[in-house]
Amino acid sequence: MRLLEYQAKELFKEFGIKTPPSISSKDIEKGRKDAKELGYPFVIKVQVPVGGRGKAGGIQKCSSDDEFELKYPQLLNMSIKGEKTRAILLEKMADIEKELYLSLFLNRSKRCYTIIASSEGGVEIESVKSQTIREVGLGDVDAQTAKEVANEIGLKDSQEEQFVEMLQKLSKLTIEKEAELAEINPLAILKDGTLIALDGKVMTDDNSNFRHDELQQYQEKSELEEQAEKSGFSLVELEGNIAVIGNGAGLVMSTFDLVTDNGGKPATFLDVGGGATTETVYEALTLISKMKRVTGILVNLYGGIVKTTTVAEAFIQAYNNNLIDIPVFARLMGTRSKEAKEMLKDTKTKMFDSIEDAINGVVMEANK
Amino acid sequence: MTDIYKILRGQKDADGNYEKKPVIVQGITGKYGSAHAKLMLEYGTNIVAGVTPGKGGQKFEDKIPIYESVKEAVDATGAEISIVFVPAKFFLGAAKDALESGIKLLVAIPEHVPIRDAMEAIELAKKKDAIIIGPNTPGVIVPGLIKVGIMPATPFSTGKVAVLSKSGTLLYEISNNLTSAGFGQNITIGIGGDPVNGTRMIDAFDMVKDDPDLEAMVVVGEIGGDSEEILAQHIIDTGFKKPIVGYIAGRQAPKEKRMGHAGAIVMGNYGSAESKISMFAKANIPVAKRPGEVAVLLAGKMNS
Repeated sequence: MRLLEYQAKELFKEFGIKTPPSISSKDIEKGRKDAKELGYPFVIKVQVPVGGRGKAGGIQKCSSDDEFELKYPQLLNMSIKGEKTRAILLEKMADIEKELYLSLFLNRSKRCYTIIASSEGGVEIESVKSQTIREVGLGDVDAQTAKEVANEIGLKDSQEEQFVEMLQKLSKLTIEKEAELAEINPLAILKDGTLIALDGKVMTDDNSNFRHDELQQYQEKSELEEQAEKSGFSLVELEGNIAVIGNGAGLVMSTFDLVTDNGGKPATFLDVGGGATTETVYEALTLISKMKRVTGILVNLYGGIVKTTTVAEAFIQAYNNNLIDIPVFARLMGTRSKEAKEMLKDTKTKMFDSIEDAINGVVMEANK
Repeated sequence: MTDIYKILRGQKDADGNYEKKPVIVQGITGKYGSAHAKLMLEYGTNIVAGVTPGKGGQKFEDKIPIYESVKEAVDATGAEISIVFVPAKFFLGAAKDALESGIKLLVAIPEHVPIRDAMEAIELAKKKDAIIIGPNTPGVIVPGLIKVGIMPATPFSTGKVAVLSKSGTLLYEISNNLTSAGFGQNITIGIGGDPVNGTRMIDAFDMVKDDPDLEAMVVVGEIGGDSEEILAQHIIDTGFKKPIVGYIAGRQAPKEKRMGHAGAIVMGNYGSAESKISMFAKANIPVAKRPGEVAVLLAGKMNS
């Protein structure tokens, strides 16, 4: 799960990591109350599950009711990189002396957690040259290691102590919540010498959700994504008009790449899982039927042991039940494909032997 | 490093045939485990025992004995290979049972295993000098000899190309293309789509690279992590000279979205297709634009 800033900060607070005073809301009525409680001036920050919102104008200063009435609705209705605003965070401005960087992240290749710290913060860490990196096994950070990291990024005395405490708390959060990434960027040193988390990003391991009921409140899934999950599918929604369906994440990604290469705009990445049956394909079409912007469906299945006739049956049922009336372009690898083609002869489903031909067909249809 | 070929195909007999190594199936009575146990038997895999706690003493398909624990199964059969079909939340327990009992190659099929559980199992495997393939892998196959996995049999044929793949269906698709083009496979290994893999790309490469029968390699990667980049650097450092062709899925995927696999996510530039493709280029590995192009590029490499 990719937590939004305000959710990450709730976790920070729970683990005793300092953050500026802030309140989150999802509508302007609540926002007005929050504004009164917090008091001007403050910043309005859009909450989106994607980086780069500052540059996109998603963080605005606000110092009066008039400004608030103008900016709050603007920010609530904005989209950044295709992501709609999920919530708004009002936050008191901090008196910043210096910005640092700190994160604990799962180094996948080394199969261990890694501390990354830097005396430069507030920018993307990849663009920072001076990084301190420490491997810490399953994520536990002892005081000595934390102290060494603090010293390496130039912190001493009270600031070193505060940093050690903050890093150890971040480590506890990472382990207990099974995070793949817990990042504080920027970690600010305020004019009065206090260390504070100005922004936060936490990604947890979706596969451990079953033992983290307490994190379920942070789940920001669309209705369609929830339905897909119930069916055992994985779905990513996008803004295009071609629904891309397949079995196996790699194959669907590959199909998605080719659609985009050929000038098509995918509306979905829909992986129905390793196998493919009449039921799973019918369920996938049911999900797609709820997306009004879709004007063409592309299906790429590698069956191996699947009979293509059982999949063709799903298309026929979908047309018979008036579930869909848009054309389907399908490439089904598996046995009995001649029969499947015969079955689909008088429907709006076209079967192809090569995925390239199916993609050309669906892109032409969708771009009509 | 533990020799995967030695574990999978053992010694040749007087007629030059490899011995059939015994295999245990953990979770053999489940719907998925039993279906695939049958398919593996059909392929010729020598399944000697199943494990399902609570069903010890019964028989699978009236012939294969089922045991309460891997320990019992290993004691009775001497098997060093096990394939696991238990639900993700029971994976760590099943893996510990296997590794503590002397299993040297554990093929971990379950998807959705928590990362911390996978990390713990991998730590134990290191201590026991054992190999874990997966989790979330289609498994491993030496065509014509042994299939320890859930891959369909049809795409694969005997030959001299090793295929390493993060994705299952792309492994089938590309192996099928290779087979059609006359490139049979010496071994194919499913790395798995999770963020943390028991056998990483670089480990799989090291396992297969010195096999005298090997003529070429195909690496099927996808967005997420940096295992392709690390492999490319390793290929440069070791001066490996046999032809390699790559494919990377997810070039057009949006950032910060998990694309089906738990591990398929781009964070900033970390895990991006551009980063992988440019490292492959440095290592002189051509990258196919589409799965169908892999065999074509390989033919070009083999003839140059």
